[in-house]
Amino acid sequence: MTASSPLPSYVPILVLGAIAAGFAILTILFSHLIGRPRSTPAKSATYECGMPPVGTAHARFPVKFYLVCVIFILFDVDAAFLYPWALVFRELGIFGLIEMALFVCILGGGFAYAWKTGALDW
Amino acid sequence: MTALTWPQELAIRSALALTVVAFLLGLFSVMTYIERRLLAFMQFRLGPNRTGPLGLFQPVADGIKLFFKEEFVPQAANRWAFIAAPAVAITTALMAVAVIPYGGAVTMPRFDLLPEWLRGRPIPLQIAHLDVGVLYLFAVSTLGVYGIVLAGWSANNKWSLIGALRSSAQMFSYELALGLSWVGPILLAESLRIEDIVACQAGGIHRWNAIIQLPAFMIYLFAATAEVGRLPFDLPEAEAELVAGFHTEYASMKFALLQMAEYVNMITVSVLATDFFLGGWHAPLVSLQSAAGVNLGLLWFGGKTGALLFLFIWLRGTLPRLRYDQLMRFGWKVLVPAAVMHILGTAAVILWLTR
Amino acid sequence: MPFPDSALSDSQRSDRPPSSIAGIMHANLPGGVVMIREFRGDLSITVKRETWAAAAVLLRDHLDCDFKLFLDLCAVDRQGRVDRSERFEIVLHLYSVSTKRHIRVTTPLPESDPRLDTLTKVFKGANWFEREAYDLFGIVFRGHPNLKRILTHESFVGHPMRKDYPTARRHAPGKCAERVLDVPQDSQGMVVNLGPSHPSMHGTFRVQLLLDGETIVDAAPDLGYMHRNFEKMAEARTYWQIIPYTDRLNYCSPFMNGHGWALAVEKLLGIKAPPRAEAVRVVLSELSRVMDHIVCIGANVVDLGAITPFFVTFRAREAIYDVLEACCGARLTVSYVRIGGLAQDVPEDFDALCRKAISAAREVIDQADRLLTRNVIFVRRMREVGVLSADDALSYGWTGPCLRGSGVAYDVRKNHPYSGYEQYDFDVPTGAVGDSFDRYLVRMEEMRQSLRIVEQALASLPGGPVIVDDKRVALPPKSAVFENIEALMNHFKLVFEGILPPAGEIYGYTEAANGELGYFVVSDGRKCPWRVKVRPPCFNLYQAYPRLIKGGMIADAIAIIGGLNVIAGELDR
Repeated sequence: MTASSPLPSYVPILVLGAIAAGFAILTILFSHLIGRPRSTPAKSATYECGMPPVGTAHARFPVKFYLVCVIFILFDVDAAFLYPWALVFRELGIFGLIEMALFVCILGGGFAYAWKTGALDW
Repeated sequence: MTALTWPQELAIRSALALTVVAFLLGLFSVMTYIERRLLAFMQFRLGPNRTGPLGLFQPVADGIKLFFKEEFVPQAANRWAFIAAPAVAITTALMAVAVIPYGGAVTMPRFDLLPEWLRGRPIPLQIAHLDVGVLYLFAVSTLGVYGIVLAGWSANNKWSLIGALRSSAQMFSYELALGLSWVGPILLAESLRIEDIVACQAGGIHRWNAIIQLPAFMIYLFAATAEVGRLPFDLPEAEAELVAGFHTEYASMKFALLQMAEYVNMITVSVLATDFFLGGWHAPLVSLQSAAGVNLGLLWFGGKTGALLFLFIWLRGTLPRLRYDQLMRFGWKVLVPAAVMHILGTAAVILWLTR
Repeated sequence: MPFPDSALSDSQRSDRPPSSIAGIMHANLPGGVVMIREFRGDLSITVKRETWAAAAVLLRDHLDCDFKLFLDLCAVDRQGRVDRSERFEIVLHLYSVSTKRHIRVTTPLPESDPRLDTLTKVFKGANWFEREAYDLFGIVFRGHPNLKRILTHESFVGHPMRKDYPTARRHAPGKCAERVLDVPQDSQGMVVNLGPSHPSMHGTFRVQLLLDGETIVDAAPDLGYMHRNFEKMAEARTYWQIIPYTDRLNYCSPFMNGHGWALAVEKLLGIKAPPRAEAVRVVLSELSRVMDHIVCIGANVVDLGAITPFFVTFRAREAIYDVLEACCGARLTVSYVRIGGLAQDVPEDFDALCRKAISAAREVIDQADRLLTRNVIFVRRMREVGVLSADDALSYGWTGPCLRGSGVAYDVRKNHPYSGYEQYDFDVPTGAVGDSFDRYLVRMEEMRQSLRIVEQALASLPGGPVIVDDKRVALPPKSAVFENIEALMNHFKLVFEGILPPAGEIYGYTEAANGELGYFVVSDGRKCPWRVKVRPPCFNLYQAYPRLIKGGMIADAIAIIGGLNVIAGELDR
């Protein structure tokens, strides 16, 4: 049935997105209308265990977190190659396996480097 | 049967999307109740049992209460980002379910009320049939981190910020293992369409990926638990450490939306586990697939998903949580290498068998 | 009739004559020792203030002294006392684990110049105690690294424990210090308050952390959020009126605080409670210990994210509360103990209730054991976390399960048996590494040993009265008060005049759930104590906390504080 579908296959996704976003916005609007804010200075202060916070939370943060993100992007892009490979693997045969083993080895080199330099440690 | 025109097709899909969203939100509220009751029973307590028979109306009461709760934005927060974050979180969570098949096809009854083109037409229970279904899932599930990071950062609260950073690093780390665990089933099904992967597992329990791809299934379970931030991987909101993590400053319906996003994600990963590894709507024995001429596919599907959801609750009732460095170490140094090795192993075995 | 002034004749507490220590002190500190005296078996040495630090070093390092365990340091204000030489007196209590001896070192300080050398370089634990003496008495310790108020707040005026402090004065609630931590100028880290209102700071603790990501670079605790100055209140109460206040110290095991207090006053009076009272005290104290450890382990595990063991263990706590309730009608604030015995005899079903509690406790201990002891996640969270060596633990003044977790087998019940502990057979478990997991294991084993003690005590529960037959201490039975004039007068006199102990000072100590709970009581012979100093085991434990968490992660800080079992009521007093 999908093959003969007159609708581009991504259109329902857009519909779903519209429904989801609409639901979220309506909920927030509705609760905004009936949950009246009665703000006081103490109430709208930032919570830090009952103490006035020292400094702001929008400060510098250790680079480690970004490091993880960067490593992730590297490996994630690589992992995305595995999907099409898995799709056509049977046609590629032994050639495909060796090819992918090589690819993983190169990847593994980077991984080993990240491991050794402590980028994966905390 | 005649082919559908595009407005008819759109109408069917929109109705399906609405149904799925409504169903997920309903399931969310039921889940909160079930989780509280089950946890209570595991802990020699009763749980909520006052609102309605057996406390069944508790979720409704909670919902009403949350709607009427005071709308609250901290002074120091970045106002618009703070309000947008829950909306982003729930939207991305709901978007992920688009490509998931929930069962075979359901044949519409021949009621006179229905327009003629709908009567007796089989409707596949899947919102969108994407050829790159798995890739779509991979992409959308990564988007989920936006809502959380936005929520944690915009509140301008240090505990929220730490929670958000933990969450992003954790989701990234386990996303990789999660994506890699799918490659095995893809290799077997030779398709990126989830319905094909389910179809590939038809014919009994011995064909399920949970059996023939057991390591991948284990990796998936670990990664999925971490991905949705459930114990023992609930570090983004570890209440004993970070007060409530990224949603420390949230209240009223915005808090509810963040909770909802979390539960929808939990349901999504359970549904995906069912599709990828537990044979989807196929019965463990072919003879159990239908009873009295009725296809029990949807029942099997629901049962498997329910069992996985129960597993999440059970884990929460049993285990303490990991420390942050232990979590990262496990993700990167155990799960990722194991997943890659497993893929190569699977490929080699396939090659050897089809030689 | 006055109470005897001699030491307890049958006590095992003063096992050696003080001559050897006196000789060592005289030989090494010529002219430094002012006076050596002994009262009720407590050896007390008064030194000149110039030799204060030298005396502490000598007592710590001399092989024949070996007083390595820092117990307590406090001040006494003797204003208006005829026997005083100077207004203030600083009192130091030390213990030697190897020779099993306590010692008290004191030095007088004049009102005009209340300054003294700090002991922070001699004992790590002295830091907070000196801050407390500064805060409450205004004693200045020269060379102290951080002499700031500790129990009261920054904007507090005056020193409340001084005898001339106007107690009727009202204070506007002060603002808490925003910064407790000294952050270096070039630091890029984030300063976060952990507490006072935080889910895992059970009670009201506040620690300010300097974070580098998730790693704790520096930490500084701020306490006193539950300070009510129990010690000042005690100075205006008679000896038995203080009993209810003791329930509020360590509120997880309230009975043990009263037990300790009663023993301390009995020591001051030179009397002993009848055997039945002592046996019942042991039973209830040991059950309270189980209860306390249950709370500690349960709360610790909750902080690690597992809620179920908490509910598992708390069922036994209920059964123990039932025992206490049957005895005195209260579950938490028991006030069951009296000077010289107990308020009343135990109920008839005491034995049955206790056995029920024992079996409930056994069951949950085993369940918790199965849930936790070999749980990989739990073990990895606790192992190698918060390690403190035996030497450091002694120097900080750790006692109880935490000290034993660090490998020092010091248990007051074994080393200085009281209330008849010498009759019971039990083991003292110790750890090897001194990490959080060792402290957990020690507590688990201690609960089992406590149950053993309870069983033995129940099996040999003696009959007889539960309070001493002594008109100066115990109230006459109510029926007698209604019937004869003598009892009525006796009752009247006791209630109005109170118990009148001899003048003197004693240090009474018991093994409470968290360690050595000491009461330093100074009496001037009147109905209210002149000074009561509680030696709260938590104070020493918590003092080491910043050191334990530095370099760890936030999650470690949470795992450690649960295992130390710091109780706010006892810490802040």
